[in-house]
Amino acid sequence: MEIEIKDLEKSYDNFSLKIPELKIPKGMIVGLIGENGAGKTTLIKCLLNIITNYKGIIKIEGKTKEEIDFNDIGVVLDNMFYPDVLKVKDLVTIMTSIYNNFSKEVFYQYLEKFNLPKDKQIKTLSKGMKKKLELASALAHKPKLLILDEATSGLDPVVRREVLDIFLEFMQQEDHTILISTHITSELERIADKIIFMNEGRIILNEEGDTLIEDYGVIRCGEKEYKMIDKEDIIRCYKNKYDYEILVKDKNRLENKYKDMVIDKISLDELMVLMIKGE
Amino acid sequence: MRIVISNSSKVPIYEQIKKEIIRGIGNKELNEGDALPSIRVLAKDIRISVMTIKKAYDELEKEGYIVTQAGKGSFVAPQNIELLREQKQREIEKYMDNIIEIAKQYNISKREILDLMEFMYGSD
Repeated sequence: MEIEIKDLEKSYDNFSLKIPELKIPKGMIVGLIGENGAGKTTLIKCLLNIITNYKGIIKIEGKTKEEIDFNDIGVVLDNMFYPDVLKVKDLVTIMTSIYNNFSKEVFYQYLEKFNLPKDKQIKTLSKGMKKKLELASALAHKPKLLILDEATSGLDPVVRREVLDIFLEFMQQEDHTILISTHITSELERIADKIIFMNEGRIILNEEGDTLIEDYGVIRCGEKEYKMIDKEDIIRCYKNKYDYEILVKDKNRLENKYKDMVIDKISLDELMVLMIKGE
Repeated sequence: MRIVISNSSKVPIYEQIKKEIIRGIGNKELNEGDALPSIRVLAKDIRISVMTIKKAYDELEKEGYIVTQAGKGSFVAPQNIELLREQKQREIEKYMDNIIEIAKQYNISKREILDLMEFMYGSD
C-alpha cells in the first residue's frame, strides 16, 4: 500500500511536526530514523489516526482518514497495550473482535514459529517474546501495510535477525509495504529501500537506502586538511578535540578531487549523529 | 550458487552482487537459460534491499549477462564466450602493467617474474 502526505502539520506547545510532502511507494521497506523526540511517533500516530486533529492530508492507498480500511494495516507500537494478566491465546478473542480478517490459524502458526507458549500469561513473557507476540498478532490479520514503531528496540541481536527475516518474508508480496521507525539503525542499513530521516519534526533527508550508504561518506582529518576542502563539499562538520569529522556526499567524485584524503564509508548511526551534531 | 557480500568492502553492494553472479556464469555454476532467483526472493535470502538487488539485475541485463522476461523472471543470457574472454584478457593486461611497473621500479628482471609466474601458475 502506498502512503501520501501533503501539508501535514501538528503542533504542540514545544514541538511541531511539519511535512509539506511525502510519498511512500508500495513494495518498499522504509526506515524512519531520527533521535528520540524527532517526531517519528507523532507521524506514525497521524498515519494511524490515533492523532486525528492534524492539518493537511494523509492518504493510504488513495483513501483519506475517513475511508482507510484499518484491517489492511498491521501495527506494532513501542508500548505494548495488552492487559498482561491475559493468556497468549486469549488474544484471539480480542483481535477477532477488532479485525474482521484476523486468522486464528495464521496467529497460531506465528506463535509456533516464534516459540511462544499459548497458555502462558502475557506478563510472564520476556520483552523479546512480547514483541514477537505483538508482531504475530499484527501479521495474523493479513495486513498489506506494516507500521512499526521502535519494534526492534530492546531486542537482542538474535531476535532482531529473526524479526528481520519475518519482514523480508512479508515483503515477498509486491504490494506490501513496511514503515519502521527506529533509532537502532544497523539492521536497517542493508534492507531498507528508503530511509527517511527526521529531526525536530521535519524531514531532513529522504534517500534510497543504498544511495545513503554508497554515496555519503566521512572524511576524518586534521585542521590543515579541513581547510583544504571546499565549503560546498561539506554537508556537516563536527570538530573533535584532535580531529574533524566531515560528512560529504558524492563520495566517488570527492575521492578523485581530494586524492590524499581517505573517505570512509558511513554507517547510518554516524550519519545521524553528524547530521544533528555537526554544523 | 554462492553470493557473499562484504560489509566492509569499498565496493558498493550492488556491484558485489553483480560480480558474484558474473563469477557464477564464468565458472559455469550458472548456465545459459538458468533461472535466477526473483528480486524479492534474493533480497530475502541475502538480506539486502529490493532496490539494491534491482539495481544489480538491471545492470546485468544492460551488460548482456541476463535477460528478464516480464512475469517470468530473469535468466542467464546466451554468453558470448569470446567476448567474455577478451574482457578478462584486458583485465589481466591491466594487472600485468602493474606487475611490470613495480618490477622495473625495483630492478626485478623479466626472468625472475617469469619464473615466479611459472611457479605460481603451476602450483594452482
